Amino acid sequence: MSTPENLAPGVVPPLLDVRDLVKHFPIRRGLFGTPAAKVHAVDGISLSIAAGETLGLVGESGCGKSTAGKVILRLIEPTSGSIRLEGRDITTFGDGDMRSVRREMQVVFQDPYSSLNPRMRAGEIVGEPFINYGMGNAGEREDKVASLFRRVGLRPEQMARYPHEFSGGQRQRLGIARALALGPKLIIGDEPVSALDVSVQAQVINLLMDLQAEFGLSYLFIAHDLAVVEHISHRVAVMYLGKIVEVAPKRALFGAPQHPYTEALLASVPLPKPGMRRARQTLKGDVPSPIAPPSGCRFHTRCPYAIPRCSQEEPLLHKVGEGHDVACHLR
Amino acid sequence: MTDITADAAGGSAPAPAKRSRLGRIVRRHPMMVAGGVILVTMAVVAAAAPLLAPHDPIELNVVDRLRPPDEDYLLGTDAYGRDMLSRMLYGARVSLIVGLAVALLSTVLGLLIGVIAGYYRLADAILMRIMDGLMAIPGILLAIALMALTRASIEVVILAITIPEVPRVVRLVRAVVLSIREQTYVQAAIAIGTRFPRLMLKHILPNTVAPLVVQATYIFAHAVLVEAYLSFLGVGTPPEIPSWGNIIAEGRLYVQIAFWQVLFPGLALAVMVLSINVLGDGLRDMLDPKMSRRS
Repeated sequence: MSTPENLAPGVVPPLLDVRDLVKHFPIRRGLFGTPAAKVHAVDGISLSIAAGETLGLVGESGCGKSTAGKVILRLIEPTSGSIRLEGRDITTFGDGDMRSVRREMQVVFQDPYSSLNPRMRAGEIVGEPFINYGMGNAGEREDKVASLFRRVGLRPEQMARYPHEFSGGQRQRLGIARALALGPKLIIGDEPVSALDVSVQAQVINLLMDLQAEFGLSYLFIAHDLAVVEHISHRVAVMYLGKIVEVAPKRALFGAPQHPYTEALLASVPLPKPGMRRARQTLKGDVPSPIAPPSGCRFHTRCPYAIPRCSQEEPLLHKVGEGHDVACHLR
Repeated sequence: MTDITADAAGGSAPAPAKRSRLGRIVRRHPMMVAGGVILVTMAVVAAAAPLLAPHDPIELNVVDRLRPPDEDYLLGTDAYGRDMLSRMLYGARVSLIVGLAVALLSTVLGLLIGVIAGYYRLADAILMRIMDGLMAIPGILLAIALMALTRASIEVVILAITIPEVPRVVRLVRAVVLSIREQTYVQAAIAIGTRFPRLMLKHILPNTVAPLVVQATYIFAHAVLVEAYLSFLGVGTPPEIPSWGNIIAEGRLYVQIAFWQVLFPGLALAVMVLSINVLGDGLRDMLDPKMSRRS
């Protein structure tokens, strides 16, 4: 099977390498909870991220992109497939081994309100990773937390405040400071700016990009806002119903999208000038149920170009250009 | 720009909070405060029973049997000439001790079991079926069985009342744990390597405190009542220890000629249970942010 082998320059093994990752949620019914059906949340995705690279993962709500992020973090157990971080297969790591891996792989969540414990002070929240790994004494920890506060654009005096005393953007900065605390190599952003105002979004994205430049961080940036993804990503993967349908360097994906679904997604982006028009190609119908995904190509029910083969045979990702893979029979 | 929003949010909040927090609670929840005051008064009186009681509560005085309330015996005497007021003061101790012990014991046990059931899926299935089974046992039958197996004592009464109460606490704690563990901040805590004990103590348990405190007051009130039922039926506090339930049971025989033996302990019981329930309702309203905003 073809996988996004073409990384950013160099032949170094990727920082994160995910192969054929599957997550099915069983739907249990009846007295003994026998699985009656399953939700195909993530259905065999492969992706890799090089050091210092940002991979954008986009798709509609419910396409499985957030689940993919949580499975990679092992916050949800994968059904099958493998997750490699710096060459180590962490798919079957137990809690103890995972704890050591967590220092290298962190997460920033979407909702800056529910991702901070309302009963803990800001300084405690950001300093908790140090306590968990027994790093430093109380004084040293406080110094580290203060410098993290400064690094993400907060004032150290704010350490004694509770989360509800911060604005949404500041809360997200707290989340980023917490993720940075352990000096990770990879940060998975699960729609980290989707819940913020547009002006604050820009600040947070710029902060993320500055941090990438400073620490050589890699990001898996999960989002549904294509403009944001275009700004921050080096490469972009498009997900539809649990599958990656196209992956390409940013310029190629936005300039010459190959998959009909990517085309439709790009066509749905509002244009910045009033009066500007684009040949709009709207998708018909709803996203099919992930409980019983369509046969063959999952997009064939809504694809304007579908041919009979699309409903029978599942298209595999194949190379169509430099670092550009697409899963479509027609390309 | 960030500073402005932070200061606006931080500046307005503390000012009203400083203006006498206690005064505000009294104004907002007068019933709860009244319930609390009555309960505390009863507890103080019960604790000071040896100092306050005018007579020995178990001293027989056949000459003075079934005396109506007068200046010598403020609440009258029973069929053996024992002073009712003294007996009731000591009886309050039994009610409060049993109520408090049951509330504490069932909360602690329920918390432990509930946390395990809420966190571990396999344990959940097994524990909850056991809890369902326990809930199906009528408390009175259990008490009778325990009394038949052992000697009657206050400890056995506490145990008999606690066992059927535990499942209620377990259900409550389990429900809270189940909802909190799905919160993003718990996932975030796992992602930053938080170990299980800290996860529980810092992130999950603090959220169970408010509903547990409220539940504990209801259990307290219920336990006081059940202790009285059991003692009335003769399967509770042994007759040599005066308790409101057994005072009423003994007085029942003479109720037509000596109403005070049933009336006063009955009233005391009603006032105590009512004050605990009112306190519990007030705490529920105060600790539930949605309710307190409305009032």
